[in-house]
Order: sequence, then C-alpha cells, then structure tokens
Amino acid sequence: MKRALILWLPLAGFVAFLGFVAHGLYAPADRSITSRMVGKPVPAFDLPEGAPGRGRFDSRALATGKPRLLNVFASWCVPCVAEAPVLMELKRRGVEIDAIAIRDRPQDVAGFLARHGDPYRHIGSDTVSRVQLAMGSSGVPETFVVDGRGIIRHQHIGDIRAENIPDILARLDEAAR
Amino acid sequence: MIAEAGLAALWLAAALALLQLVMGATAFAGRGDAARMVGGAVVGPAAVAQGLLTLLAFMLLVWLFTESDMSVRLVAANSHSAKPMLYKIAGTWGNHEGSMLLWVTILGVAGAAVALFERRVSARMRHATLAAQAAIGLGFFAFLLFSSNPFERLAPAAAEGQGLNPLLQDPGLAFHPPTLYLGYVGLSVAFSFAVGALLTREVDAGFARAMRPWVLAAWIMLTLGITAGSYWAYYELGWGGWWFWDPVENASLMPWLAATALLHSVTVLATRDALRAWTVMLAVIAFSMSMVGTFLVRSGILTSVHAFAVDPQRGSFILALLALYIGGALALFGLRIATVKEGAQFEPVSREGALVGNNLLLTAILGVVFVGTLYPLAAEALSGEKLSVGPPYFDATAGPLALLMFVLMAAGPLLRWRRDQAKALIRRLAVPMLAGVAALGAVLVFAPGIRILPLLGLVTAIGVGAASVAPLFGRNLRRTPLFIWGMVIAHLGVAVSLAGMACDSAFTRETLVALNPGEARMVGPYSVRLTAIDPVAGPNWTALEATLVAQRGTNAPITLKPQARSWPNPVTQTSESAIATAWDGQLYTVLGAQDERGRWQLRLWWKPFVTLIWLGGGLIALGGALALVGRVRRAARQPVAAFA
Repeated sequence: MKRALILWLPLAGFVAFLGFVAHGLYAPADRSITSRMVGKPVPAFDLPEGAPGRGRFDSRALATGKPRLLNVFASWCVPCVAEAPVLMELKRRGVEIDAIAIRDRPQDVAGFLARHGDPYRHIGSDTVSRVQLAMGSSGVPETFVVDGRGIIRHQHIGDIRAENIPDILARLDEAAR
Repeated sequence: MIAEAGLAALWLAAALALLQLVMGATAFAGRGDAARMVGGAVVGPAAVAQGLLTLLAFMLLVWLFTESDMSVRLVAANSHSAKPMLYKIAGTWGNHEGSMLLWVTILGVAGAAVALFERRVSARMRHATLAAQAAIGLGFFAFLLFSSNPFERLAPAAAEGQGLNPLLQDPGLAFHPPTLYLGYVGLSVAFSFAVGALLTREVDAGFARAMRPWVLAAWIMLTLGITAGSYWAYYELGWGGWWFWDPVENASLMPWLAATALLHSVTVLATRDALRAWTVMLAVIAFSMSMVGTFLVRSGILTSVHAFAVDPQRGSFILALLALYIGGALALFGLRIATVKEGAQFEPVSREGALVGNNLLLTAILGVVFVGTLYPLAAEALSGEKLSVGPPYFDATAGPLALLMFVLMAAGPLLRWRRDQAKALIRRLAVPMLAGVAALGAVLVFAPGIRILPLLGLVTAIGVGAASVAPLFGRNLRRTPLFIWGMVIAHLGVAVSLAGMACDSAFTRETLVALNPGEARMVGPYSVRLTAIDPVAGPNWTALEATLVAQRGTNAPITLKPQARSWPNPVTQTSESAIATAWDGQLYTVLGAQDERGRWQLRLWWKPFVTLIWLGGGLIALGGALALVGRVRRAARQPVAAFA
C-alpha cells in the first residue's frame, strides 16, 4: 500500500504545478514598464536644429506653463511613419508637440516632415542619442508628457496609435492640474 | 500557392498522425488477429509519410522566407527583404509559429526514423511507441492548425517586413533553437518508448538499449545548444558573464539535467537490468521538462530578457497539452509500474551505487533549479508580491550539490559493477586525490585570497580531470571500446568546464573607465588605448565604433572594435562586444555611452581561462558523440535476434 502511494506522488506534484501555472496564466501580472524618469525634470539639454531653418532646441523651451508632448523620433523609423498622422491629429486638437530627432540628418528630417506632416514646434537633433539615453528612452518612437514646469509626467513607449489619443489627452489634462 | 501547399501538407500530415495513432493502437490492443495485422502493416508507413509531409511543410515555409513573400503574415512580421540570406532562413524559426513547425517537423521525422530503423524491441512495443509518438504529434499539429497557423496570408500584402529581433541576428543564435529542439524532441522519443514499455510491460534491458541512442543523441544536442547559448549570451549581451540563471536558460538546463540522469540510469538498465522504474520515471521527467520549458518560455508566464510570444491563449493550449501528456504518462506510471518486476540487485559500493548517487544529486539539482525558476510565480500567486530569485540562490544551492556530484563522478567509472571494495576504490583514486591536494597547495600559494567556492571548484576540477582519464590506465588504448573513450572525454570535459568557471569566478579583473581618444588604461596584463570613435553602418544598422589598441607586455598590439549598435527596425540598441582571445584567457571590451564631459565609457574585463568553459562543453558533446557511434556500431555488429 505504501509503495502504491509513492508511485502516485509524481502525478500529485504535477497537478499542483498545473494549478500554480494555470493561476499565473489567468491572473496575468502587471508588466507595464515605468520609467525612472517619471516625476523628474527633463534633463537639461541644448540641441542643434533638427531640420533646416528650425533653430536650436533648448530644454528651457519646455517650461512654458503649458503641458506638452516631447516626441522622440527619427526619419529612418518605420513605426514613426505610422505615428505621424496621429501626432497631426493631436496637434489639430491643440496639443503642443516638440521633438528630438535621433541619429538623423536635418535634410532627412525635412524630407520626413514634407511627406508625413509636421506637428512639431521645436525639433532638436540628437546625433549620438545622448539626450535620448538621459531621458530614459531606449527606442524610437517614444513620447513624454511634460508638464508646465518641465517635469516628466508620463512616458509612452512605442508609437502613439489612434486608440491611445484619449489616454494621451487625459494625461495632458492631469499634467495641467 | 506555396503557402497553400504548405498548409495542405500540414493538414495531410496531421491526418496521417491520427491514422498512425489509431493503427498503432489497433496493432497493439486491437481485437482479432486481422485487425492487429492491418494495424501493424499501416502504422510504420503512416509514420514515414507523416514525417516526410511535415518536412515538406517546413521546407515550404523556409522557401517563403528566402523569397521574402510579404503576403504571408508570418514573413511580414518577422523578416525584412534587406536581411542577409542566413537570417532570412533563420527567421523561419526565429518566431513562435515557425519554431512550433520546426518542433513538429523534428517530431515527425524522429517518428519516421523509429518506424524505419528500430528493430530491437518487440513489434508490439514498437506499435505502442509509434502510437504514443503520434499522440504527441497530434497535439502540436492541433496547436499549429487551430491557434498558430504559420502559412496565414496577409491581405493586402505588406510593402516591407518588420525584421527580426536584432539580438537574434547572430549566427550563433540562428542555429541555437534548432539544436535545442533536436534535443527536446529526441527526448520525446525516449518518452514514447517509456510509454510503450509501460503499456506492454516490457520495462527491461532491451527497452533500455532501444532508448539509449535517442537519449544520447538528444543529450548531445542539448549540450551543444546550452554551450552555444551560453557563449552567445556572453559575447552578445555585453554583460561579461556566461550564465545568468535566466528562466529561459533554466528552461533548457532542466531537460539537460534530467537527460544526464536518464543517460546514466539507462546505462544501468541496459547493462545490469537494474533501476527499471526509476529509468521509466526519468524518461517521463526528461520530456516533461522539455515541454514545461517550452511552456514557460512561450506563455509569457515568466518574464525574461529573451522570452517571446507572450500570449495567454497559446499558453493555455500548451498547458492543456502538458496536462494531457505528462499527466497521462504519470497516471500510466502509477497504474502500471507496480506490476513491473524489480530488476537486478546490487551493493551500495558498486558502479550502480555511484550511478544512483549521481542520479539523486542530478535530480536534486533539477529540483533546486525548478523551484528557483518557479518560486517567483508561486510567491506572486500566494502573496501578490513580485520578487525574483537571482544567481545568489542558484549558486548557493546548485553549487555545492554540483561539487558533490563531481566527486562522485570521479569515483563512479573506477568502480566495478554489482559490488566492489571501498579500499580498492581508494587505492584507484590515489593519483587523482594527490593531484587535487597538489592543486590545493598551488592555488593557496599563488592566489592566497581566493574565495571558498572557486577554490573548491579548482581543486575538484584538477582531481576530476585526473580521475576521468584513470579508466584508461592499464588498458590497450587501441582496443578500448569507443564508448569508454566517449565517457572519458565527456567526464574530462566536465572537469575542463569546471576549471574555466572557477578561474573566471576567482581571477576576473573588471574596470569601468571613461577615456578621451588617445588615453590608455590597464586591465589584467593588457594596456588598452582608445584611439578613435567612428560612426559605421551595416546592412540594416548604424553604430558607433571604438577603436581600441590593446598591448600585452612587448607583444604585437591587437586592435579591438566594440560597437554600440542602433537597429531601426524594430528599434533596438545593442552592444557588440569585442573580444581578444589569448591562450590563457580573454580580453572583453564593451563600448558604453559618452559621459557629460565627453569621455567615452568603456567596460574592460580580463578573464583568465574563461574559454575553458565552452571548450569543456564541446568536449562533453564530443564524448557523447563518440559513445553514440560506439554503441550504434556495436549494436550493428550484433545479430538483431540477440535483442528480441
């Protein structure tokens, strides 16, 4: 009898294992990534112009009292093409958007804006990703919600899609309070 | 058209797998001689045809990838027309659907091989085994056809593909998954044999001899896969370590541990007809670990740097398959094993005794790794708390167990089967023990500040190394069977790996420096000078590249070019480390970011004898290959009737 019980132990162990993983599977954990930079001021930078004739982009230009988006993009980035019309829609709704072009050349950025629309007030050029890394951004596109005092309030990783617009607008409202 | 043909081949193969299952079951348990004869006549050809059709489906998918056919969803999502050809091909299995198709292909081809070549077990057992293999295949066919169709069309076709994860764009990783899969699926055959043996109650030496080459082959592939994966992680991730106890790494380590135990217990069963129940249990566990590993990696249940295909629906599908196959096999085990007679008896001090010890320790290590991998999950389920079990847990638990096992590994091959004298063993171990003591003295003299675990590792490595070659003493080397050479080389490989790990852990020198071009720093015996930072571009990436000139004493300087790469599609940053290999270690360099004063951060390591780790892994696999060739040749020389 005792031996017979031992023989069923592996099955019992396996059933317990199944229970655990089924629980883990159907109660998925929160896997959202929160940047360490949220709640901190935008790191100080002073970037050369990202597109011809647009002028330099200084981090002090962010603290204007009105919340805004800071978009990290590049002309060579395919998801940024998909994001471009959504940014235009946000601009149409009165959102101010600044940009940092990553590892890009001003003439390529100008071509990108001519093809896909230009939602940006300022465009800085970050040719070696130095500001990007200081912002805690690891890829393009990424977008930061910055409040009127230049403090990062939210980080959106990946392209902003049409379905994200309400969330982004809500984040901007929240940053305004 | 090609995609449709591939899908048709896959459906046909699935239908044949169903036929194989039904006919195999009929041949094994059907009522009436006529039914059994028909079943027996059909099951083999069905298995062969099924294997060929899955292979065809896989080749068609490879074709679609080489053509960059963007009207196929899978190709569009995982390939890019600008990718080098090697990675277009590797892209076939560098994703969920393609890798599942590769899995089922290897499964089908392995089943065909059993049907064609396996004549050492009874016809009844072969039929039961093929039915079990078909049952496994069917689950994965259903998975592919109902939830992960690799041939799905995309309408309208994409203009361009989305690329392959750049971390995976590396020759080492292109071949890493197929190697591991060959190992996993080889264990599926061992599992099917175990199920067949339980069904027919033929758990004996003949079953062990039939299963052994499959276990050996699977184990060789797992060894190669893990070794290559470790080296890949080492040079590609730029962290300078060689093992991280990452859940995905553990997912391949756990089947390897089980397969290593199985390999040794199957030898006891084949040679001495002992350890019957234990061997069957291990065969079930080994394949279960392959499936659990696959499940953990694919369900997204554990977060990891390189887990992919995070999808609860697919996770549930694999979970159902797990419940069906493993649960079924364990239930069959519980029902049947009590009716299997116990095998031959042996004394504790004997070759069998040492192998039982090795099995217990390997199983204990497996348990420790299993618990460590799943503990975060269990903790989150019980308390809602997120935590991770890091290398300190694994090092502290698996390390001492492994050291104990290495000591046993030194003694095992020097013991006689059935019974031996402890005194005689100690006499035979005298030379290895002296070597270990000499090593202890030497290390304490030359590296007095060494920590305890690396010290024990080094001493054990020297002792085990000496003991591994001891079985060759006094033998005519030319007439020594190939599988003895295999064992000696594999055990020597373990000693070599262990020495590499101990040296890396004890003697590595690391510096993080910030340099302006023209400045130099010392690391280990090298003086490293940063001469330039330049932008460079590859076929589908751009990078900053540092030019480092490393000089050791008065030797000729070496140039190293570590890169910080940017991939546009999908957007990723990777560090391409640059490594210079010398006979006594590696200089490992990584380019970091520029600091606020404009200096370039460089991470420099001098890693003495680190290469021994992978050299040892290669030796272990080579030993396995020699043993496999030796066993297969010996089996071919002996008349088949001897095994009937």
